[in-house]
Amino acid sequence: MGAAVFFGCTFIAFGPAFALFLLTVAVDPLRVIILVAGAFFWLVSLLLASLIWFISVHLSDPEDSKLQYGLLVFGAAVSVLLQEAFRFAYFKLLKKADEGLAMISEDGRSPISLKQMAYVSGLSFGIISGVFSVINILADSIGPGIIGIHGDSPYYFITSAFLTMAVVFLHTFWGVIFFDACEKRRFWSLGLVVASHLITSGLTFLNPWYEASLVPIYIITVSMGIWAFFTAGGSLRTILLCLPCKEEENSRVMVYSALQVPVED
Amino acid sequence: MITFMNSSDSEEEPCNERTSLMSVESPPVPSYQDGLQAPEVVETQTHRKRYTGSSGSSNDVAHGNSDAELLVQDVRLDNEEEELTLKYGAKHVIMLFVPVTLCMIVVVATIKSVRFYTEKNGQLIYTPFSEDTPSVGQRLLNSVLNTLIMISVIVVMTVFLVILYKYRCYKFIHGWLILSSLMLLFLFTYIYLGEVFKTYNVAMDYPTLFFVIWNFGAVGMICIHWKGPLQLQQAYLIMISALMALVFIKYLPEWSAWVILGAISIYDLMAVLCPKGPLRMLVETAQERNEPIFPALIYSSAVMWTVGMAKPDTASRGLSQQTWDSAEDMRENHESPSHLDSEISETRNPAPSHPTASSLEELEEEERGVKLGLGDFIFYSVLVGKAAATASGDWNTTLACFVAILIGLCLTLLLLAVFKKALPALPISITFGLVFYFSTDNLVRPFMDTLASHQLYI
Repeated sequence: MGAAVFFGCTFIAFGPAFALFLLTVAVDPLRVIILVAGAFFWLVSLLLASLIWFISVHLSDPEDSKLQYGLLVFGAAVSVLLQEAFRFAYFKLLKKADEGLAMISEDGRSPISLKQMAYVSGLSFGIISGVFSVINILADSIGPGIIGIHGDSPYYFITSAFLTMAVVFLHTFWGVIFFDACEKRRFWSLGLVVASHLITSGLTFLNPWYEASLVPIYIITVSMGIWAFFTAGGSLRTILLCLPCKEEENSRVMVYSALQVPVED
Repeated sequence: MITFMNSSDSEEEPCNERTSLMSVESPPVPSYQDGLQAPEVVETQTHRKRYTGSSGSSNDVAHGNSDAELLVQDVRLDNEEEELTLKYGAKHVIMLFVPVTLCMIVVVATIKSVRFYTEKNGQLIYTPFSEDTPSVGQRLLNSVLNTLIMISVIVVMTVFLVILYKYRCYKFIHGWLILSSLMLLFLFTYIYLGEVFKTYNVAMDYPTLFFVIWNFGAVGMICIHWKGPLQLQQAYLIMISALMALVFIKYLPEWSAWVILGAISIYDLMAVLCPKGPLRMLVETAQERNEPIFPALIYSSAVMWTVGMAKPDTASRGLSQQTWDSAEDMRENHESPSHLDSEISETRNPAPSHPTASSLEELEEEERGVKLGLGDFIFYSVLVGKAAATASGDWNTTLACFVAILIGLCLTLLLLAVFKKALPALPISITFGLVFYFSTDNLVRPFMDTLASHQLYI
């Protein structure tokens, strides 16, 4: 059971993230750097939130379990808000880097667009958030052990894996929407992203009542996905364009004077 | 094992990023001056620009170009090169991320599976004070003393090496380094394999083991000290760094390890940047003698690419050509072991031109990528390995340290691109790593554990 559960849950939780990483991020070194830097920013936000929680726990009575649970809720909320704050800080940093890259480059355009950076930063937040949430659980799932022996849910591993997958997707979508909202100064979008993050985190408090937590979280994920799709510029037309598998004509023009293929966009 | 450590301190060498083998004859650094002959013959324009003038190189502009065009092309090349720096800057960062990640993965995998490397079995003679004392103050004092001894050993050996290098005792250094890599490649590999087989209960006979280790070690010696395929050499360098890091993780006591990591990054900073620092003197001496130093214990990520160009018939048309991949010459045609050196030296070995017909000439450009000393690999892996070994079974701490080290490396490379001289690679990464280790282990871990026990996600 151990290895099967481990591999199954790992692939459920990180399969999409791994595929997205391999296909979209690993090809471009700049995107890998943005990914790692995004992970760093998330880690710093988590550090600060843990510090706040730690101080609050140590200042309070450790015996009072209701208080401790309340402090945990408080800590989780603070963590969510700090994550969004650091997402904003990362946005500012990437914007500045974008301008710098554009200035240095030959044709005045930076090699990576802000939308791509939004996607990669969202993915980075998602990956590191998912990893930090679930890796110890996965390590324990190799076994030996029996879950739920004290009356907890026996579906702990698989629901954790699905929740992690949802978290990865959610962060990616939030990244896209957030950056676009900051760029276009749409504060209600920003507020909605933060609110949906808080709601998602709050819904996990309903675990182990998985029908009430997993299903709404996936509904939120799908709706965020659709919103992000339209924010990133997608539309029905672009979907239809992707569908037919016609080979595009290779429309590259040879410039005779220098006999080189012009730099592709 | 301890008596073995006593016998020679050449095993100390590989840990010391300053030490490295020098090739018996320094490979001729193909200078870009060679490239100048061909354009003159071929009568086309090739534009070169150097950033910081290297030994009197100037913009070489071939004949037949007006001044105005020259200015425009100069400006354009300037921008081109800046963009190229950045474009290939990101590539260099990844070229270092990958080996550092691989080394850490090897170390963490070994630590988590083979129990031998987390058992306490004595200490090195370089850290004689034991940490088994009951009081915290005594333990702290012992670890500080251990650190002082270790760092002074490293300083003494580095200074010794610099003196040897200055007085051209190449054979001695050569022998020293061959001995240390022999020990790493044969003895430590034997011990490592033994422990791995013990862990997985694999039955192995001595003849097979001898055969495997002999081949592994012999090919390793050839690859590292002489010539070999680049990727094989890189793989061997990663493996010996991992082996050395595992030795450190096993034999350095807890607190001493952390204090040593902190102290060695401070030492690295001073040795590389201070005017009288041993490493800086090493670098300058090598520069004066115009020879590459320490090619063996430096990880280099060289990239080779071919630029094909159509050379027009020289008689018929005098078309101008530009090299559209002109990397700037970083002037440092040497590498320094313990720090980062961006060596993007462009060497051009154009094929002899055929002035008769228009022929396609392949111009080969070799860009030597970024170099990182093996000591940096070792200490990064020691940090992450110690985090994996001692962080109470927690993977979050290991991952946090990993991300911190990668970000430190990224920042160091950014500084390298800005300052364009040899920089110490340890301080920023180790500082981030230490901060993240202690904070994740003490603050984040209880938070995440409590959240996970309620299956809460943030």
